[in-house]
Amino acid sequence: MRERDLIIVGGGPAGLSAAKIALESGLSVTLIERAHDLGGQLVKQTHKFFGSKSEYAKTRGIDIAKILIADLEAYSSKLEIYQDTTVLAMYPDHVLTAIQGRNYMKWKAKAIIIATGASEKFLAFENNDIPGIYGAGAIQTLMNQYGIMPGSEVVMVGSGNIGLIVSYQLIQAGVKVKAVLEASDHIGGYLVHASKLVRLGVPIKTNTTVKRAYGTTKIERIDTVRLDPQWQEVEGSEESIDCDALCISVGLSPLHQLLSMSGCEMIYINELGGLVPKKNEQYETTMPRVFACGDVTGIEEASSAMVEGKLAGLMASYSLGYEHPQFETLKAETLHQLQNLRQGPCGIKIRQGLEKAGEAL
Amino acid sequence: MIRRIGYADKELVKTKFPSEEILVRPKAIIECYQEIPCNPCETSCPFQAITIGEDINHTPVIDYSLCTGCGMCVYSCPGLAIMVAQIKDKRAYFKIPYELLPIPQIGETWHAINRKGEILCDCRIEQVMQSKKTDRTVVITASVPQEYLYDFVTVRKRP
Ligand SMILES: Cc1cc2nc3c(=O)[nH]c(=O)nc-3n(C[C@H](O)[C@H](O)[C@H](O)COP(=O)(O)OP(=O)(O)OC[C@H]3O[C@@H](n4cnc5c(N)ncnc54)[C@H](O)[C@@H]3O)c2cc1C
Ligand code: SF4
Ligand code: SF4
Repeated sequence: MRERDLIIVGGGPAGLSAAKIALESGLSVTLIERAHDLGGQLVKQTHKFFGSKSEYAKTRGIDIAKILIADLEAYSSKLEIYQDTTVLAMYPDHVLTAIQGRNYMKWKAKAIIIATGASEKFLAFENNDIPGIYGAGAIQTLMNQYGIMPGSEVVMVGSGNIGLIVSYQLIQAGVKVKAVLEASDHIGGYLVHASKLVRLGVPIKTNTTVKRAYGTTKIERIDTVRLDPQWQEVEGSEESIDCDALCISVGLSPLHQLLSMSGCEMIYINELGGLVPKKNEQYETTMPRVFACGDVTGIEEASSAMVEGKLAGLMASYSLGYEHPQFETLKAETLHQLQNLRQGPCGIKIRQGLEKAGEAL
Repeated sequence: MIRRIGYADKELVKTKFPSEEILVRPKAIIECYQEIPCNPCETSCPFQAITIGEDINHTPVIDYSLCTGCGMCVYSCPGLAIMVAQIKDKRAYFKIPYELLPIPQIGETWHAINRKGEILCDCRIEQVMQSKKTDRTVVITASVPQEYLYDFVTVRKRP
């Protein structure tokens, strides 16, 4: 079995940021990513990011990924990267197993950082398995990574930031977005993103959801239904919309499986998107020297994922006796940044969630 | 209301405009009504005319006496929530961010569009600016009759 200092699972903004700090601290790092490209969600984000300047706001997501990857180049002698490699299991004795094509691999690490991100939630409705019904992530992958149009007339379900941003990207690709449906009585995502769509003529229908889909070999039409304030269907309020693709964007939940299976203590917290690991102020889970950061610890944003990644990298290095040259300054700075990002009204869910998890800010 | 419909009504829009006397010079109009963790407008302005402050969630506040109408915030705002407005010879001139194809060309006539996505009138494409700095966002200058000062928000190609 191969032995390693630090293994980072997941090459998104959290994992890449953690890797940089650990390398700066003097550790050797093994980074494992199941996708072909490093960058996680960023490789699909063609829009300019909101956030703060220190986390590359106003830079397009695809370019933020390039910056984070280029940041690691100086350390290539101490960094080993496995792409197209899926970690299959993590065990309490710090053993990780993974598969790359037909190649099965096994490592034992002194410390591990889990930065696996999140997976999309789906929605139950009649005929939700007809071809042409996608998650927002799939639409983005097809469109922005591979240049394939998912359809010509799309209805979006969900008005969170992802639903709004993907709708905008669809319009940029020349696809007609016929409506954005939102079950609650208000738009979930940022108003600036909603306004971009409304001015392009896209109706955002609040208190409305998808009831059923029609089509045999592919989707042809959907029925929508209005919901009352108790989220009960309003009788007689069904309407049809013709479309050749339906995009479901109803939220993300942390990809917790590696943490759960290895015996880390997990808690279900709705505000954070689902099952998340319990962790202490050092970003360490209940398993010694297993750290977690980014969306896998609660659905948030790339800006906070990067800052959390830095913290996890700092702490994992420290736990192995490698203190970053600017340990104290970086720790204080990153904690302050996280607090600053989360202190507004948009951070209320994450603050409540962290409080439930026993992590006060 | 705005959280339900997704756009600002005219009353709210007007609160983001300086007086028409001030608008004889170009000034940034910032339509960012919600506290979100975001600040590229503040950090991109070379004249420190926009302030968000220590708490990144605060909404931007503009000092019109410092704003030169240069338009750097227009392409820096990821929310496409900023435009520059000016009144000249009974027409309202706007610099707006634009990220769709086809790109308008100088001299063309396009539709002027309001915040609800409705057609207001025809507008003239006065200028088209794109550079490495604008990072694939095009800054369009378009003009409409002054009566549409508080209605105009973007352009759309005529069929
Ligand atoms: C449409 C959209 C728009 C967004 N816009 C913004 C924005 O404007 N500003 C902002 O701040 N945030 C934005 N975000 C959010 C941001 O992209 C995420 O919060 C961020 O990417 C989370 O980073 P992460 O590193 O935790 O996870 P991810 O980016 O999801 O990365 C996790 C990585 O782990 C890998 N992985 C998972 N499991 C395994 C395994 N078993 N083995 C190996 N590898 C594995 C995955 O393949 C992935 O590459 C947006 C998200 C979306 C979807
Ligand atoms: S137009 Fe120029 S000077 Fe005015 S606020 Fe924007 S960046 Fe600053
Ligand atoms: S950059 Fe745009 S979206 Fe961000 S705070 Fe400034 S005005 Fe609002």
